[in-house]
Amino acid sequence: MTETADRPPAPFWRRGRLGSIFAIAAVPVASVFLALVVAALIILASSIITTGSIDWALPFVAYAALLQGSLGSESAILNTILQAAPLVLGGLAVGIGFKAGLFNIGGFGQFILAATAAAGVGAALATAPAPIAITLALAAGMAAGAAWGWIPGALKAWSGAHEVVTTIMLNSIAGALIGFLILGPLLAPGFSFGRTGDLGNSKLPIILGDNIHLGILFAVAAVPAVWWLLFRSTLGFEIRSVGANPSAARYAGMRPKFLTMLTMSLSGLLFGIAGSTEILGVSHYMIPSYGTAIGFDAIAVALLGRSHPFGIAAAALLFGALRAGAGLMQVLAGIPVEIVDVIQAIILLFLAADVVVRHLFRIRAAGGIADLKTVTSSYAGRAR
Amino acid sequence: MAESGPVLEMRGITKRYPGVLANDSIDLDLRTGEIHALLGENGAGKSTLMNILYGLAVPDAGSILIDGQPVDILGPHDAIDRGICMVHQHFMLVPVLTVAENILLGEETMANPVFLDRNEARRRIVALGRQFGFEIDPDARIETLSVGWQQRVEILKALYRKARILVLDEPTAVLTPQETEEIFAVLRRLAADGHSIVFISHKLYEVLEIADRITVIRRGKVVGQRIPTETNEEDLAELMVGRNVQLTVDRGEAHPADVVLAVSGLRAKDDRGREVVRGIDLEIRAGETLGIAGVAGNGQDELVEALTGLRKPSAGTVTMGGHDVTGWGPRQLYEAGLAHVPGDRHRWAMIMSFPLEDNLVLTSYYRPPFARGPARQDRAVDAWASDLIARFDIRTPSATAITDTLSGGNQQKAVVAREFSSEPRMLVLDQPTRGLDVGSIEFIHNRAIEMRDAGAAILLVSAELDEVLELSDRIAVMYRGELVATLDGRTANKEEVGLLMATGGRDPEARGAVS
Repeated sequence: MTETADRPPAPFWRRGRLGSIFAIAAVPVASVFLALVVAALIILASSIITTGSIDWALPFVAYAALLQGSLGSESAILNTILQAAPLVLGGLAVGIGFKAGLFNIGGFGQFILAATAAAGVGAALATAPAPIAITLALAAGMAAGAAWGWIPGALKAWSGAHEVVTTIMLNSIAGALIGFLILGPLLAPGFSFGRTGDLGNSKLPIILGDNIHLGILFAVAAVPAVWWLLFRSTLGFEIRSVGANPSAARYAGMRPKFLTMLTMSLSGLLFGIAGSTEILGVSHYMIPSYGTAIGFDAIAVALLGRSHPFGIAAAALLFGALRAGAGLMQVLAGIPVEIVDVIQAIILLFLAADVVVRHLFRIRAAGGIADLKTVTSSYAGRAR
Repeated sequence: MAESGPVLEMRGITKRYPGVLANDSIDLDLRTGEIHALLGENGAGKSTLMNILYGLAVPDAGSILIDGQPVDILGPHDAIDRGICMVHQHFMLVPVLTVAENILLGEETMANPVFLDRNEARRRIVALGRQFGFEIDPDARIETLSVGWQQRVEILKALYRKARILVLDEPTAVLTPQETEEIFAVLRRLAADGHSIVFISHKLYEVLEIADRITVIRRGKVVGQRIPTETNEEDLAELMVGRNVQLTVDRGEAHPADVVLAVSGLRAKDDRGREVVRGIDLEIRAGETLGIAGVAGNGQDELVEALTGLRKPSAGTVTMGGHDVTGWGPRQLYEAGLAHVPGDRHRWAMIMSFPLEDNLVLTSYYRPPFARGPARQDRAVDAWASDLIARFDIRTPSATAITDTLSGGNQQKAVVAREFSSEPRMLVLDQPTRGLDVGSIEFIHNRAIEMRDAGAAILLVSAELDEVLELSDRIAVMYRGELVATLDGRTANKEEVGLLMATGGRDPEARGAVS
């Protein structure tokens, strides 16, 4: 290949290192942009219904409020970070699964079980010295999350049961289990409703502003840690190999069954960190009906971040900002906070229909979104 | 062959890709009723040229004429409308659908606006098959058909769309010799019927057998045109590669030493639980090559998998260097000095979505210098990859190029580089040159002989009888899960081995058969 083409060189953003980032990020960024455009149309349509005429300024008012509420002040920025932290951890949890060809929809169960374990242990150690109480409470939560992730991994490794099915079932089981735990052994006396006891010394200390707790550091540290694991360690090479070609991984002497269990446990562990820091740092006690969409939001984050730790961090910050700013938007523009869910859903639609996005923005094929293949092939079933 | 004006002309076709001039003013003409072979090494530009013809790529310069009229081909649909159909190397068939359903895909014959007219389609398919000499069951599901029949379905699909010009991209790469003969018969009938065929290949003897004319492409340029009766394999090989090519390997006498691999009474089952390896006994010594010949599907795949740790044997023992290694996994065997070039590159040997350098350390990534503790040592991997790329002449833009973007020949060279460089004492080569061009085949064969001379024990399994004959010091013939005969590699001839492969030596007239 000595001949060099004398065609015009590619624009600078398509060359070298920047080019490879462009290739990965172009479709997600375009999808976010398109989703905001579509949501603006929905806001316009809603103005017809509520006021009877089109309020052309409304989308701008709404988005300005959203921006102000998420980035407009120091407390707004801190709120964005607080919202983003569990999404970072959950996104990494789902992303690491995608890298191994696994689809963990069990984030909900892993999260609430870890939260319950952390709340229970934390309440029991409420009077112990803070470092010991916090460490043990966090450890209990991580262990619970990892164990709840290990179960579907083990079921898949030993029996071939698909993790999509088992994690969904384990979500229901986890819901029932925390009900039993919180109304049983972990029930705090003296309250009019079922909840775990006060945390006392187990609460995570506030390190910044009014509400940024120590647990945020886990989210901050998890991003480079997972990146190192996936791309700089031999274990990560094995995880990625199993995800990309399980047969070749076996040929290369790797242990796909072990790696499946390990990856699901790691995924559960990350959801576990999210759950326990959320309880120890924000909610401070656990109730049987604790509701969270983290399990599903994390899937959106991982897909938007293309399963890359840095991409996931960016996606989580974006979703965190949307959630942090939604309140102010509702106050100033009268747009319900649920529009944030709509935006998130539209982003996913555009990611799934990446061919459309590529066509609209003339983005040359840079390899489809491999994770979506994991998602879609989940039901087609890769026979083993 | 009908003599008339060309049905298709490609004039001065030029196509650049970043860094590569894929087609450099190529001229090609196709006469009515002609089988025109396009011969060239992997990456010579054959596929680019055909993609242009099929509307999948737009040429930077040049024109295409059909029946003398210049045309712009806008895409595959447009090409099909103009009577051009392509049969791809990797079939574009839906495995769970029937023959008729696959042929109808995209060209649905409707009984009314809602339902397909399956009966009419079935009838036409059967009639078309008969016209070209084969009986096809339109209701058979694709996944139940052999590769040879799947190819016929692809051809029928083209004929169903009333193709006049058929382009076959490496049609024989996946076929057994018998299937190849059968497909050749079909092609000859098609040509006699007035269809024009472009036959893309890099197999010299096939091209000589089937083509009316041969155009040779090298590095994007037409370097010559030949008539089969006026040329030979050596001439074509030289044109194609651009230098003198040894079609047969020089190999010295083997000097067998100690027994490295000893297998006794080995049995193994296939994925459906049928016993397909039925009591194999063999011994391979250091410094010798044992070739296993056999028609594909006689248990060779399962034998190789059982020997390399990918399949648990159901009975028997395997020893390597005197140690019992029966039932060991791939990692243990690798540590014990086994290297394995798998027959199915895409399934076993490589992770196509990974950078080339990752695949070059796929089996050794966990050892120093590529790993220190849990950390991967990128610099060591880079250095090793660059070294292998140079030593094994792997043509790639860089060590970090995605493996999938390399040609098949270079991918296979990478697998060979990885496995040969692990300094194995036992080397298992399964179809080491399937689908490769002569240059790559020559290279890999020479390396295999170097390995043997350096004292490795080699087990070679190949569906290419020529390859087995060329490389093996001893030849064992595998038939229905058993080794039915072992012959001296120096004296065995093609007819003898071929007969054993076909009959398992049950024919009393087959010489050399041992029970």
